[in-house]
Amino acid sequence: MSRMNMIQAINSAHDVIMEKDPSVVVLGQDVGYFGGVFRCTDGLQKKYGEHRVIDAPIAEGGIVGVAIGLGVNGLRPVAEIQFADYIYPGFDQIVSELSRLRYRSAGEFFSPVTIRTPCGGGIRGGQTHSQSPEGIFTHISGIKTVMVSNPYDAKGLLISAIESDDPVVFFEPKRIYNGPFDGDPDKPSVSWASHPRGEVPEGYYTVPLGKADIVEQGDDLTIITYGTIVHVAQAAAKLAGVNAEIIDLRTLMPLDVETIRKSVEKTGRALVAHEATRFCGYGAELVATVQEECFWHLEAPIERVTGWDTPYPHAFEWQYFPVQKRLAAGIRKVMEAA
Amino acid sequence: MSEKPYLHIPHPAARPGEEPDFGYLKLSAAGSVKRPAVDTRASRLDYLAQGLVRVLDDDHNALGPWDPKLDAEKLTEALKYMTLTRAYDERMLRMQRQGKVTFYIQSLGEEAVSIGQGMAFEAEDMMFPAYRNQGLYILRGTGLVEMMCQCLSNTRDMCKGRQMPIFYQNRKNNVFTISGNLATQYPHAVGWAMGAAIKGERHVASSWLGDGSTAEADFHYALTFAAVYNAPVVLNVVNNQWAISTFQGFAGGERRPFAARGLGLGVPGIRVDGNDLLATYAVTKWAADRARSGGGPTLIELVTYRGGAHSTSDDPSRYRPKEEWQAFPLGDPLERLKQHLIKQGHWSGDQHEALEQEYRTKVTEAWKEAVSYGTLTEPPFLNVDLMFEDVFAEMPDHLKRQQQELLDIFGASS
Repeated sequence: MSRMNMIQAINSAHDVIMEKDPSVVVLGQDVGYFGGVFRCTDGLQKKYGEHRVIDAPIAEGGIVGVAIGLGVNGLRPVAEIQFADYIYPGFDQIVSELSRLRYRSAGEFFSPVTIRTPCGGGIRGGQTHSQSPEGIFTHISGIKTVMVSNPYDAKGLLISAIESDDPVVFFEPKRIYNGPFDGDPDKPSVSWASHPRGEVPEGYYTVPLGKADIVEQGDDLTIITYGTIVHVAQAAAKLAGVNAEIIDLRTLMPLDVETIRKSVEKTGRALVAHEATRFCGYGAELVATVQEECFWHLEAPIERVTGWDTPYPHAFEWQYFPVQKRLAAGIRKVMEAA
Repeated sequence: MSEKPYLHIPHPAARPGEEPDFGYLKLSAAGSVKRPAVDTRASRLDYLAQGLVRVLDDDHNALGPWDPKLDAEKLTEALKYMTLTRAYDERMLRMQRQGKVTFYIQSLGEEAVSIGQGMAFEAEDMMFPAYRNQGLYILRGTGLVEMMCQCLSNTRDMCKGRQMPIFYQNRKNNVFTISGNLATQYPHAVGWAMGAAIKGERHVASSWLGDGSTAEADFHYALTFAAVYNAPVVLNVVNNQWAISTFQGFAGGERRPFAARGLGLGVPGIRVDGNDLLATYAVTKWAADRARSGGGPTLIELVTYRGGAHSTSDDPSRYRPKEEWQAFPLGDPLERLKQHLIKQGHWSGDQHEALEQEYRTKVTEAWKEAVSYGTLTEPPFLNVDLMFEDVFAEMPDHLKRQQQELLDIFGASS
């Protein structure tokens, strides 16, 4: 075991899987010589060579398209899109090609591409460096979607994603690369050094795709969330003085419905939270799922706390971000109802 | 005060009711374009993008340095594949007209592209075709029955009913699955080629798209990546003059040939008579050899003419002169190869008629067999369970539930 932040854990995942499987190749802007703008691929090119860690032109559509071709030729590509905000030029290749190759060819062709991309706000990135577009990807049939919340999961899930024969879009909330963030921007930032999930095995292990994690056991209500908001929810539950069961979904598609169902059946109350915009956001699917699965166990309407339906503003970051205060208000609302 | 609008709106030389005019097509005499050595530096090859490589002249002689000197057997084989492709198209178009298949796209007039180019590659080379490359599938051993079953979405459909007609695939023989999204296959070919180079394998990838599709971003991504990594890939632009109703000027063809699109990146381009099988073979072989020996990518523009409609969903008499194909200066690729072989004494009109009859019968028999495996409207039908398979490597719970939900309401169909 070793202490790692999320960047080191992601780097270690690459290292472990590249050592184990010579067909794994990494490509993306600045990933090679420089090691990535967030340093997630630092040192990999030196260790595995320029033919396996490849600096790419600034063309996200090209990166995804070429990665598909590499995958069809028997390699296992890991493509980095530098910011989730810049993934859109690659969107057609993801939606129309990557996600449907297996289906349209009746299993004859597939391409096991993993697309890693830093997402989310809380870093003063304004509307072009703060987006959480996961809901756009979970809506596509044929790709798996992950958003991680801590170093341990990040490494284990990334290895699973790379080993999976299905394409995976892997979101890394950049606000928590260096430490958990509890949603209070006035507090000094903390590192992963004292967090239990900052303890990461150095070697190979996996965290399975499609399995949620219960990060807090509780009876009062269930908070269903993922990414940075997992940490905010933990702090907000304390602030609101409730004994919340907090589910970190980790994989958004396929969704671990069973874990949600069991929890909400127990607590009878649910709050859904994410950073992304609300309308047709991923939370809407979660609310529908809880309604379908647990309606007769519900004691209160399901509450949603999300980013507002505006672009991500630079000046009003903390009014936009679902901070502790907003989550705590949502929790109180669910608890007070009925 | 505002002036008159001065935006340039491209216009084709002729619209319905007007005299066809191909004066805009720059032609070179057969045999007149120099053939450089395969390892010539890209900077010395710019002329290839401007001229028009032709081997067969108007009198059906093979001329000049690009003559691939294929023997009579090989040329007859090419003629047979082209004839078979046309017979297949003819039948399938008719079946669409009779409502037996929902849609069809014929390659009439462009057969030398798939056959001539396809013959220039090795079996291990990977093909990433567009929707008008049916000849490539036929050439690479895809059975007519198999292809028909795909068009019928029946119980033997290679795509299990997931794709509309003509979206074939042949993994065993290295032909990729077709997409309806234009140009998306171009970066796949480049990625595949990069993969071959990473693995140290001397295999080449090749991909096709139309003049209209060169406007897509994927075309430019692919060229950039191919240039940056010197990928062993042959990229082909089939300039058949028309993208449904818009002529090639709407993709920028009025200014420079499509073959010149790569020059700024240092990717050599060759403009070739796409209706001259010998020339299509020769330039493709040159480009494939160059790629295989580490010389990197080549962009080939095949100048041809779309003899039929874009697909069964449009009526070309609404947007171009009816007799335009007849006026096309590069003629009909099948007829030209046939006349060349006749002139050489390797073929005859009688032999050709017999061949056409043989293929008509072959296609008719294939159709009879194909429909015996069902059609969209006549049993046997595909099992509806298949709808949920192959979305992922393993079926996740939510799809199992949806599958059950469907079966509860409709029951299993087959």
